[in-house]
Amino acid sequence: MALLEVNGLKIYFHTRNGVVKAVDDVSFSVDAGETLAIVGESGSGKSVTCYSLLDLLPKPPAVIEAGTALFDGEDLLSCSPTRMRQFRGNDIAVIFQDPMTSLNPFISIGEQLIEPLIYHPDKTRVKDRKTARKLAIELLDEVGIIDPEARFDCYPHEFSGGMRQRVMIAMALINKPRLLICDEPTTALDVTIQAQILELIKQLQKTRDVAVIFISHDLGVVAGIADKVIVMCDGTIREAGDTERIFYHSENEYTQKLLTAIPEGAKVLPNRAEKNKPLVEVRDLKTYFDDYNKGSSGKQSIKAVDGVSLEIQRGEILGLVGESGSGKSTLGRSILQLAPTTSGTVKFDNTQLGELNPKQLVPWRRRMQMIFQDPYASLNPRMTVFETLAEPLLYHGLANSKNIEQQVRQLMDDVGLAHSQMRKYPHEFSGGQRQRIAIGRAIATKPELIIADEPVSALDVTIQAQILDLILDLVERHNLTMMFISHDLSVVRYISDRVMVMNKGVIIETGETEALWENPQQEYTQQLLKAIPLADPKRERLRIANS
Amino acid sequence: MAIDELQQREKQGTSLWQDAWIKLCKNYLALFGLAILGLLCVISLLTPWIAPYGYEEQNLILGATSPSMEHWLGTDIFGRDMLTRIMYGGRVSLTVGFIATAVALLIGVVWGAVAGFVGGRTDAVMMRIVDIMYALPFMIFIVLLMVVFGRNILLLFLAIGAVEWLTMARIVRSQVMALRKQEFVEAAHSLGLSQWTIIRRHIIPNTLGPVIVYTTLTIPSVMLLEAFLSFLGLGIQPPQSSWGLLINYGVETMEEYPWLLIFPGIALSLTLFALNFLGDGLRDALDPRTSKD
Repeated sequence: MALLEVNGLKIYFHTRNGVVKAVDDVSFSVDAGETLAIVGESGSGKSVTCYSLLDLLPKPPAVIEAGTALFDGEDLLSCSPTRMRQFRGNDIAVIFQDPMTSLNPFISIGEQLIEPLIYHPDKTRVKDRKTARKLAIELLDEVGIIDPEARFDCYPHEFSGGMRQRVMIAMALINKPRLLICDEPTTALDVTIQAQILELIKQLQKTRDVAVIFISHDLGVVAGIADKVIVMCDGTIREAGDTERIFYHSENEYTQKLLTAIPEGAKVLPNRAEKNKPLVEVRDLKTYFDDYNKGSSGKQSIKAVDGVSLEIQRGEILGLVGESGSGKSTLGRSILQLAPTTSGTVKFDNTQLGELNPKQLVPWRRRMQMIFQDPYASLNPRMTVFETLAEPLLYHGLANSKNIEQQVRQLMDDVGLAHSQMRKYPHEFSGGQRQRIAIGRAIATKPELIIADEPVSALDVTIQAQILDLILDLVERHNLTMMFISHDLSVVRYISDRVMVMNKGVIIETGETEALWENPQQEYTQQLLKAIPLADPKRERLRIANS
Repeated sequence: MAIDELQQREKQGTSLWQDAWIKLCKNYLALFGLAILGLLCVISLLTPWIAPYGYEEQNLILGATSPSMEHWLGTDIFGRDMLTRIMYGGRVSLTVGFIATAVALLIGVVWGAVAGFVGGRTDAVMMRIVDIMYALPFMIFIVLLMVVFGRNILLLFLAIGAVEWLTMARIVRSQVMALRKQEFVEAAHSLGLSQWTIIRRHIIPNTLGPVIVYTTLTIPSVMLLEAFLSFLGLGIQPPQSSWGLLINYGVETMEEYPWLLIFPGIALSLTLFALNFLGDGLRDALDPRTSKD
């Protein structure tokens, strides 16, 4: 008998705007020691399915309409709250997505770790503080925390993101669960850290023989870790089967769409860069921030950008790659004069931008624009699409009250939005459509340079492919020069002519995209490239084995 | 939604405020509040012509009587008609309430928005000024104003407004500090918009929710503040009246002549309720995220 058997699960959300079928007739099973991956885009119901197993859904609006979830023969969906508390963290544990918010910042990690041991509802399993501490330290060691004895009394902010996720994993494992639910456990992490965490989960699963349900949107990650895969969309299972069958012999249209949407391989369009005609020249740029948090010895500087020189040729798409905290966003903002620079120069079309005052800068702003990462935060929630797109046009005098409507229509055509959506507010759109609006705003002023800061990172993979193609199309049609900032190397490879790798505020390596991919010179670049998960189980396993 | 309706909506050229109005019209409770407030304002405007008696007409022989056919809401100890006095009192209370709050709103929102948005040293200086004003005993401040400028009803509005804006400024500032870091504000920067344009178009509209709620709370508190000042002899002088003053006198004679307290109390509560309904409705209407249909 399978460890967990879910049958005909239906979860509906009863909202003011009617009933939403979040999960509609979902069945699956997991055996001990097996990894089941649930793959789907946002809103597919993959998280709702798993949260319902532990009664973690907000009720109302969520209602479990039908179905059973037999864990070791006992139905999780109909058991009493007291029984449920015994399951939680005990037989079934969860690792959440964001390690930054899932730890209490006011309690030392050791204390949080032994909490489930000391305050357990099952009195027979309660441990005294000394044994609990010993157990916790052993576990911290097992998940790869160096010097666990000393780290035991540290607070969450003293740990990096990857370390916090290790602590979360230790916390999930402390009561020796038989089922581990991982909800996008590596989505918030850098690619090199992601590889380590995945390796850790896999290794722990082997040694402890737990069943794992791995929720993810990233097919590359899934390819390496899963035994079985379920593809979900709109609350229903589209396809289920062994990993290899899903990846190599998929019969479902949606699965195929997901697989083909992953950007792979080199840029298809020719390099349009004009030689020796730089639009942007950056010389020895430094951007430091004062850090008042570090120590009591007064202020220290965070060197976000530390002496960067670069040129962007006209018509070029320059990819800027780096992990979080590498300073890549700050570099983009500094070039656009959105972040105050400490020293160095930025020349745009042979003009020193740093010497201009804010008023003089306005006509230059028109010529360089930015696309932001989070389409939910980058649009004013109280302005309609029309107002958002009309603002830059009217402000820079590119349209008047007579032809503004027509101009906005044209912009909407450019970015693929229906005219009927002109009077809608941002919250009425999906993430991809919002990003289209944001792109429309950026190209409204007919800029020459666009700096795109992780423009597709917050989007689903199928949407991501559409937006990337839209960006390439606009670059071509409007003859744009672009700096494309991303942590996702596959995306950068797909879109860029030339790539720069940034780490700790400095540019480590620069090169033509394909040349750099084939033959990375620096060790850091090699590491980065090696860590990219591939959406191909055989190659992915080979890659993991080699690294 | 039908195609023609969509097209029509597209043609209408709706903005945030027009949308808000459409939504408000569908919120019956808010409309009810608006109607009550409107009615009270109209009555106040027309009072000199429709009041049954003069506000200083005394009838000492009659004295305090309970409600009757001649005097619907009774009379006070000087035999003055309560209905008349409440109507005249409403003129003063509503004017003070609205004007003083408007003053507070204007100064508070602009001050808070600028301090929060510009930040740094400007913010520190501006907020220290607020702190100093907070620390200044309110009464001394008002008395000083009265002494310097003489007793003047306009000055009363200004004085109350000038004190009430402090909290508003703090609320708006904290909102703005959170908004300032949002990407849409940075996007506005990169479009080259001037600071003032960004504050006006992107910052202030997004602070409206808490501002409206706080405003509806300020209006009644301003009305009571006026009563307090009048009681001290700094505001309205008898025989003129305001709701606050009437309530104050009503409290003194509560045991013998309860109607002197009850009726002005009802008038003030009614306004308060209407304001709250309208305020909640406005807050929802001005938030595009609440459903339009």
